[in-house]
Amino acid sequence: MLARSDAPSENVVFTGARVLDPAHGLDAEVDVRVDDGVIGQIGAQLDHNEHRVVDAHGLVLAPAFVDPHVHLRVPGREDEETIATGTAAAAAGGFCAIVAMPNTEPVVDSAAVLGSLIDDARDHAAIPVGFLAAITKGQDGSELTEMAELADAGALGFSDDGRPVVSPGVMRRALQYGAVTGRKLALHCEEPSLARGGQMHEGAVSAELGFGGHPSIAESVMVERDLALAAYEERPLHLLHLSAAESVAAVRAAREQGVDASAEATPHHLCLTDEAVRSLDSNLKMNPPLRSSTDRAALIEALRDGTIEAIATDHAPHARHEKEVPFEAAPFGVTGLETAFAALYTNLVDTGLVPLETILQRMSAGAARVYGLDEPQITVGARANLVLLDLNATWRVKEESFRSRSRNSWLLGATLRGKVRMTLADGRVAFSA
Amino acid sequence: MADIRVMREDLLPPKPPPRRHLISIGDLTRDDVERLLATARSFERALEREVKKLPTLRGRLVLNLFFESSTRTSSSFELAAKRLSADTMSFKASGSSVEKGESLKDTAITLGAYDPDVIVIRHGEIGAPQLVAGWTGAHVVNAGDGKHQHPTQALLDLYTIREEFGRIDGLHVAIVGDVLHSRVARSDIQALVLMGASVTVVAPPSLIPRGIERLGCETTTDIAAIAAADVVYVLRMQRERMLEGANYVPSLREYAARWGVTPERLRPGQKVMHPGPMNRGVEIDPVVADAADALIETQVRAGLVTRMAVLYDLLTHGPVAVRSAAIHEVA
Repeated sequence: MLARSDAPSENVVFTGARVLDPAHGLDAEVDVRVDDGVIGQIGAQLDHNEHRVVDAHGLVLAPAFVDPHVHLRVPGREDEETIATGTAAAAAGGFCAIVAMPNTEPVVDSAAVLGSLIDDARDHAAIPVGFLAAITKGQDGSELTEMAELADAGALGFSDDGRPVVSPGVMRRALQYGAVTGRKLALHCEEPSLARGGQMHEGAVSAELGFGGHPSIAESVMVERDLALAAYEERPLHLLHLSAAESVAAVRAAREQGVDASAEATPHHLCLTDEAVRSLDSNLKMNPPLRSSTDRAALIEALRDGTIEAIATDHAPHARHEKEVPFEAAPFGVTGLETAFAALYTNLVDTGLVPLETILQRMSAGAARVYGLDEPQITVGARANLVLLDLNATWRVKEESFRSRSRNSWLLGATLRGKVRMTLADGRVAFSA
Repeated sequence: MADIRVMREDLLPPKPPPRRHLISIGDLTRDDVERLLATARSFERALEREVKKLPTLRGRLVLNLFFESSTRTSSSFELAAKRLSADTMSFKASGSSVEKGESLKDTAITLGAYDPDVIVIRHGEIGAPQLVAGWTGAHVVNAGDGKHQHPTQALLDLYTIREEFGRIDGLHVAIVGDVLHSRVARSDIQALVLMGASVTVVAPPSLIPRGIERLGCETTTDIAAIAAADVVYVLRMQRERMLEGANYVPSLREYAARWGVTPERLRPGQKVMHPGPMNRGVEIDPVVADAADALIETQVRAGLVTRMAVLYDLLTHGPVAVRSAAIHEVA
């Protein structure tokens, strides 16, 4: 289901790492040998088979990450990101697979556009890439795309991300048609008449700064609508970038009623609140916006209990000159691929809010499950999708640090703990530092 | 062969202090405000002399950068600079390269190349002054940025109230009207609370920003609440900033009937202020606007001396406010 290039597979042995795959009961200092891109053996003092040896003492070797929500900007905005730079950035962030959103110029709403993207990825992607196609033509919310043909052409799922499917009638038809395509809908939930003019979360900070408010209910009423439609049609759905406590509560309740709903949250919503917007930095402008500390706490709780099973960066590159403007004039979105793990490790794990094992699971197997991708795992016979992490390294996020073509990171200038040392994606070394 | 000179940190000339700007009332302390008001007062006395020009800022360049229309603020800043003998240069977005799509950054860098000592900026978008402060070497004064802040308006309002009542501490000010779209309201609430006044916001529920109480004011939708105030501060209905079809109020007629400040709703002797420009017959009854108890003209005069004080303070005095482009704290 993923587009991948065919570089030679790796022969490598990791020695001395703490090997951590909680889903498979693995937390031990053992060696891991990768033979021709496949995990061949796990154990103490392995025979190196004349493979390249990576001394990983003091480091953590874990299943590599999957990002279910990336904007690669191709086609149309190759000045902001390309398949080559976006996947290189992902590899540097420890990702072995990413899923790209279809809100490009033109929108990925035909098999022709999708096919050319898949070809592009085969030629230029550093790691495997999956593509979503649009739910509606031009993402304008009125006419369904030819979803069956798009599914046959390789669409992993469908999304109008960037905007909601405003009409409940259109949403219902899209859900019904999922029985034909067998693919999930991924929904950006936002009631436009409530979010209109919103630059940031509506609350005491927006009141003080004067920004138009985007209230949390603008998200949650749409989440509730879509869950109700999914329940009625008995179809699965995926909820993109949840930000509000009310949305989390709605997902939890719907699941208890048996609705097949998955949900993701971003590192920035898990780490920051609307207080950060006081800096007026346009790299803190995204949609949905950073919300209150209550919302953040609800997201963290949902991440812990599995209501939110995936972490997604919503990596949204923007040209420098488009962000170097007053906050209101700037486009929504921030980059995140290269900082996701370190941001979460620094702000959630190091602070004792979330166990490391939970973060690793939500960034890897939990995220892979959203679109039914193979779950990265450290088991004999599995393709090598591995990330080597240095939990003790601290580093300062600088503009020069990025492989992404864009630098609109919410972490510029921050000092983070936790660094990706190596990424193996689909049996190949995609990144090494 | 040239001498090799070892540069020792302690032998280098001291680094200049960070540039000071006036971006937000939130950056000021009570002492800062007291000092500015005292300076304004001394300028008021100086202006009573026959020759009103002071040599204080001779040789300095004050650049007025106005991206939004203005009568009071731009004219008073220009006159304030002239009264202090500074050179002034005025830039208006209309008729400039901004109309050809030149960005704020390029405009700021271009004009910054003339080395102005102070840039006074008004812009329709929140945070523009802070950006300009980062792109130029000038001291920046925020003359209004979108719905965010208008700090010199708040200072002149404090000055006006102090001159009228002899104090600010302990007074009760009712701010009536379109708080949602008002930078004046945000700056004034912060400034009045900072100086010890109590503030009640009176407005239709849709025009009271959710959470504004966190600034230390109370809120009510009942216009009768203005009767208890020492000062009734009337805000303009900012029709140009309202989203079309947003239904903040059903009609201006209904607004005027429910929340208009009329003679009947005021106690005799109650002082009325308005930052201008007024919509007579909407938020303020013309009889109220022209009455002797209105301080509206006093506000305009206070604007001149307060802005002189701000320019003087930035270029010669202790810190008004230091704001660096600090990295936000990650929670």
